[in-house]
Amino acid sequence: MSTQPDTPSADSTESMTVREAIRAALREEMDRDEDVFVMGEDVGNYGGVFEVTDGLYEEYGDERVRDTPISEAGFVGAGVGAAASGTRPVVEVMFSDFLGVAGEQIMNQMAKMRYMFGGKAEMPITVRTTEGGGMGAASQHSGTPHTWFAHFPGLKAVTPGTPKAAKGLLKSAIRSNDPVFFFENKLMYEQDGEVPTDPSYTAPIGEAAVEREGSDVTVVATQRLVGESLSVADDLAGEVDVEVVDLRSLYPLDTETLADSIRKTGRMVIADESPVSYGVHAEVVSRMVEDEFFSLDAPLQRVGVPDTHVPFSTPLEDEVVPDGDDVRSAIHQVV
Amino acid sequence: MTLISMKDSDGREEALRRMLLIREFDSTAGDLFADGDIPGFVHLYIGEEAVAVGACAALDEEDFITSTHRGHGHCIAKGLDPRRMMAELLGKRDGYCNGKGGSMHIADVDANMLGANGIVGAGPPLAAGAALTCQYHDEDRVALAFLGDGAVAQGQIHEAINLAATWDLPAVFLVENNHFGEGTPVEEQHNVENLSETAESYNIPGFTVDGMDVTAVNEAVEEARKRAIAGDGPTFIEAETYRYRGHFEGDPQPYRTEEDVERWQQRDPIDAFTEQLIDRGELAESELDDLRAEVEAEIEEAVEFAREADEPTPEEAYDDMFGEPVPEIERFANALRTDGRGGDPQ
Repeated sequence: MSTQPDTPSADSTESMTVREAIRAALREEMDRDEDVFVMGEDVGNYGGVFEVTDGLYEEYGDERVRDTPISEAGFVGAGVGAAASGTRPVVEVMFSDFLGVAGEQIMNQMAKMRYMFGGKAEMPITVRTTEGGGMGAASQHSGTPHTWFAHFPGLKAVTPGTPKAAKGLLKSAIRSNDPVFFFENKLMYEQDGEVPTDPSYTAPIGEAAVEREGSDVTVVATQRLVGESLSVADDLAGEVDVEVVDLRSLYPLDTETLADSIRKTGRMVIADESPVSYGVHAEVVSRMVEDEFFSLDAPLQRVGVPDTHVPFSTPLEDEVVPDGDDVRSAIHQVV
Repeated sequence: MTLISMKDSDGREEALRRMLLIREFDSTAGDLFADGDIPGFVHLYIGEEAVAVGACAALDEEDFITSTHRGHGHCIAKGLDPRRMMAELLGKRDGYCNGKGGSMHIADVDANMLGANGIVGAGPPLAAGAALTCQYHDEDRVALAFLGDGAVAQGQIHEAINLAATWDLPAVFLVENNHFGEGTPVEEQHNVENLSETAESYNIPGFTVDGMDVTAVNEAVEEARKRAIAGDGPTFIEAETYRYRGHFEGDPQPYRTEEDVERWQQRDPIDAFTEQLIDRGELAESELDDLRAEVEAEIEEAVEFAREADEPTPEEAYDDMFGEPVPEIERFANALRTDGRGGDPQ
C-alpha cells in the first residue's frame, strides 16, 4: 500500500470547505511569490461567480486579481504569453464548457510551446475551471470535459476529490513550470474536511491518495464521486470492504497506487463524471489490464455520464449524472 | 536603447545589412527547399524586409516580439543568429529549437523572440500577455506582435487588442499587409479600405504606413513604443508591403500575374533604401558590393554550419514535453519501441 506522499505530513489541520481550501491555496501562493496573479471573469470585485476568490481583490488589489473582459481566447492567450515571459498566472475560466472558446491558445500555444521550442520556454500557468452537473444549469454550463485536457500532450490535469487535495494540488499547480488544468466540481464547494494549515503543504501532481482502505473492491473515484463513494463504503461496511482511492491527478496518472490496490482487491470500479467512452475510466482500465491482468478477479466497471450531454430538467439530469447509487450498483456487479 | 539607431549613418547601414541578410537567407532557404534539403513548409519573407527591420530597429533588446508563419525576417531583424536558424530549418539539433520546431516555430525566448507561429492570429494574445508581464513588472519594455492581413479577420486578435487597449498594455500590433491572405486578395477578406481603420473600434491610434519604406516603418514603431512605455496603451499599425514569393514555396499562385509582382518590385524596399543612402553620400557603390559579399558569406557559412550540424537522435523526440517529466512518456515510448515499432530499443 502506498502511503500518501504529501509533504510535509499534515500535522496541524483546520476544517474548511473546498471553496476555502482553494482560496487559502491562492492566498498562500500569492504571498509566497509576487509573480503569481489571478485573472478571469468577475474574479475581482465580484469575488468570483462561485465566490472562490472572494476577498482577494481587497487584499491584493486589482493588479494581482484582475477582472477580464468576457474573452476567453484573449485572456487565456494572454495568460500563455505572460507565463512564457516571466510571470505565473492563475487563470479562471468560469465554466469548463467555455474552454473551447480558448481552444486554439490551449492546444497550439500553451501545450506545444515548450516542446516546439526545444524545451526553452517555461509555461507556469494554472487554469482553474468548474465542471459538473447537478445544478440545473443545462448542457452549456454542466459539462465535465477534463478528459480532453488529460489526453492532450503537453498539459497536466488534476481533479481534487477532497478539500485537502484541493489545497495541496492547487499549490503544486501554481508552483509548477508546466501548464496545469485544475478542475473544480461545482457541487463540492461546500464540502468540508480537514486541511493542513502549514503553508509548505503541497500534494504532488501525479499521485493518487487512498482515502479509505479495504480488501474486497477498489473504487477509483474523482471529484464529487470520491465523497459519494466513501459514503457508499460506509453503508456497505460489514458486507463489502471497499477501498476508495481519490485519483486526484488525471495526467500524469498514478498507475502504481492503482496497481497496488487492485493486487489486493482484484476488483475495480472507476467512477468519474466525464462521459464514459474514451475517458478517464478507459485509461485506468487499460493500465490495469496492461500491468495487472493476472490480478483481476472480475470485469472492471465504469461509472460516468452515459455519453449524453447534461440536460436541464431535474429528472433528466438526475438520470445521467452519476452518484453513489451508481457506484453501489457497480460494486454489486463485481462482488 | 534601440536595437539599431536609424538616426545615424552607421545605424542606417546596419538596417540595410539586415534587410540584405533577410533576403539572402530566404533566397537560400528557397533554393534549399527546392533541392529537397528542407522538409515541411517554408514561407519566405522576400519583399517585406523593410517591415521587420524598420520595426525591430525601433525596439529595445529587452522588448518582446511575436511572429507569424512567415517569421525568418522577424528573427534576423531581432538579431537571431542565421546559423542556428538555418540549422533549425534543416531539422538539426543545433537549431534554435533543437530541430523540434522548424521554419514555422523558430523561437529564441532568451532573445525575447516568442516564436514564429503556424496559427494565423495566434501571436497577438501572446504579445498581450508579454505586455502584461512588462506592465506587471513595471518595466520599460513593450511587446510587438507581427501579424498578417489575413490575421485581422481572426477573432482572437480582436480579443487581444481589446484586452491590451482596455488595460493600457504596452503592446504594438503591426499588421504586414502583403495583400494576400494565403491565396485570396485582402479586399475579398475585409470590408474596410485600410486595415488600420480597425483601431477605431478600440479607441487606440491606428495608421497605415508604407511598408516598403524602412524609415517610415521605423518612425511609426518608434512612436508606438513611446506611447506604450508612457502607459498610454497599444497602437495598431498597418504596413503596406508585398511578398514576392508565393504564400509557401511551391505555391502555383493562380491569384496574381507576374506583372503584379513586377509592379511592386519597382518599389523594392532594399533598392529604395540603398539609393537613399547612396544619394545622401553615406554609402559608396563599392561599400555596397562589400556589404553584399559579406552577407552572402554569412549565409553561406550558415548553410555550412547547418549542413554539418548533428541530426537529433530519435530518443530526443521524448524530451522537452514538460519541465517536470511524466512517467507516461517513458512508459509508452519503451513499450512501443520494444515492439519494434519505434526503432531500435535503447
